[in-house]
Amino acid sequence: MSVNAPSGRIVRATRASRFGGLAAIVIVAALAAMPWWGERSAMRTVTEFLYILALAQLWNLMAGFGGLVSIGQQGFLGIGGYVLVLLALKLGVDPFLAVPLCGVAAALVACPTAAVVFRLRGAYFAVGTWVVSEVFRLTFANIIWLGAGTGTSLTSAMTGHGAWKREAITLWMAVAMGAGSIALVYLLLRSRMGLALTAIRDSEVASRSLGVGVPRIKFIVYVLSAFGCGMVGALVYVTKLRISPDAAFDINWTAVMIFAVVIGGIGTIEGPIIGCLIYFLLRDALADYGAWYLIALGALAVIAMVKAPRGIWGLVQARYDLRFFPVQRRIVVAPAVPLPRGGRGRPTADSEIRR
Amino acid sequence: MDWVSVILEGALLGGLYALFAAGLSLAFGIMRLVNLAHGDFIVVSAYIALFLAQTVGLHPLVAYPLAVAIMGLVGFLLQRGLLNRVMGDDIMPPLLVTFGISIMLQNLLLQIFSADTRGLVGGGLQTASLALGHGIAIGWLPLLTMGVAVAVIGALQLLMVRTRLGLAFRATSDDQTTARLMGIDTRLIYAVAMAVALVVVAIAGILFAIRTTFDPASGPSRLIFAFEAVIIGGMGSLWGTLVGGIILGITQAIGFALSPGIGLLFGHLAFLAVLVFRPQGLFPRTRGA
Repeated sequence: MSVNAPSGRIVRATRASRFGGLAAIVIVAALAAMPWWGERSAMRTVTEFLYILALAQLWNLMAGFGGLVSIGQQGFLGIGGYVLVLLALKLGVDPFLAVPLCGVAAALVACPTAAVVFRLRGAYFAVGTWVVSEVFRLTFANIIWLGAGTGTSLTSAMTGHGAWKREAITLWMAVAMGAGSIALVYLLLRSRMGLALTAIRDSEVASRSLGVGVPRIKFIVYVLSAFGCGMVGALVYVTKLRISPDAAFDINWTAVMIFAVVIGGIGTIEGPIIGCLIYFLLRDALADYGAWYLIALGALAVIAMVKAPRGIWGLVQARYDLRFFPVQRRIVVAPAVPLPRGGRGRPTADSEIRR
Repeated sequence: MDWVSVILEGALLGGLYALFAAGLSLAFGIMRLVNLAHGDFIVVSAYIALFLAQTVGLHPLVAYPLAVAIMGLVGFLLQRGLLNRVMGDDIMPPLLVTFGISIMLQNLLLQIFSADTRGLVGGGLQTASLALGHGIAIGWLPLLTMGVAVAVIGALQLLMVRTRLGLAFRATSDDQTTARLMGIDTRLIYAVAMAVALVVVAIAGILFAIRTTFDPASGPSRLIFAFEAVIIGGMGSLWGTLVGGIILGITQAIGFALSPGIGLLFGHLAFLAVLVFRPQGLFPRTRGA
């Protein structure tokens, strides 16, 4: 097939992506310096924004790039929260040191879980993940040592640090999770594995027949997501200081991830960022009206699915071809290069692509 | 502990779960649609019946059938106006749309009816029971529910096998494109299928709401019970859902009898066990779903 391949170059970066990379560094630095310039309440909002962003990015990695729709991510979030209780409150580990360990714990739980839920395909996989998260919730609701159904307070585990230091470290961890999730998805998708992942999304049968290790890749993505959700779960309860099974394993965690991704633009890295911004703006604007922000968010997501399946970022891209975090390969054919014999057709992405 | 009555009670509870499952199974069988708002529609029917009986003041025997009819109409319009637009080879759009509807319904009910638990009047049906001797008694309501479940599933089976509509359902399910070539308006068939599914949902919802109290957040666990009954029974088999429901009901009842906190957990574990050891379910009909 290399005979017919035009001698073009494969280009990943765009002008916007060079700008995007620079802007990302500036933004991360500014946010990390917030303890010295930001208000306390602003820091809390930024912290929450960043961990929700991390959740949305990871859900998008599974669904938008891998076609795996999980509605049970709250299960791993809750496990992260409860392992924090175990480590920080019961065993006296420093809560901030415990956060990454909580991610590891969630990933470990995800391994046997994957073996069960991957027996279900497509839509049934979605409900299966939900059942598993219910199993986790009911299990923790029955452990009296961890507060059973009413939950427990983490305040006494948090006395080791001063207020400024505690809030600063919380923010830094959130920055690491938000930026880290974007970096992870970006680098993963630009690797060979990313190519395999999107191939699975587009056709599992076809990618299997081309030698893509479908089960292995699905497994890796699922466990990676669980790791992230577990860390976020721990960080959430470092800030909330009170945990209960109903709150930690709440389906609304996953609802927010899904809505942010769907509204912003599924299958892109920019989409979840936009979606999270919309989530925060809506929640703030409708703060006095109870659960209406969730209803509005759900309505927006449904409208997006019907009218603009690629979300807001999809609409922007269709008009301006703007990519801050390009993960696709594009072929640029130099004008001087002769086209293949008699071929007038433009080379497409499925002509030979190698890294 | 009287295990005979525990198991009997659980088996009859299975009738309710089979009714939950039948609507889900029907929509999946005909349209390959997993309706994630299924449980919330069960709860919505209960609230509609409650509204008609309590606020409007209709007699329950008028209000409840009216609620069932309303849900049928809701199903038709929902499929025609919204879900048909996202149906296709990609399973993700309908899944995410119904998930969005689920979260919207839960929170709308919360805003309209508050988080208080409610119950439907059953005219003394809830407490009346039938003594079987040896100290065993079974409630009339669970017995009625089981009877309704058998009748509904029998009727659906007849509908699928004996009627022209059932033929159109099966044709659409087997091959949408060919069905359309044969002159079947598959979009209309989908709308009718959803109407039938939500009629079954409403019947289930009203029986559920007479049996136990409910609140706006009751939906998701009903979806999960329905789903578990479908998987345990085997996908695509209507009678399988009845067996699946009964098995789920019995395991939950045994769990509850052992300790109130672990009843639901027992049911979920039974489901996971089936998934691990017999993923095709006990009575599989369709494959590769």
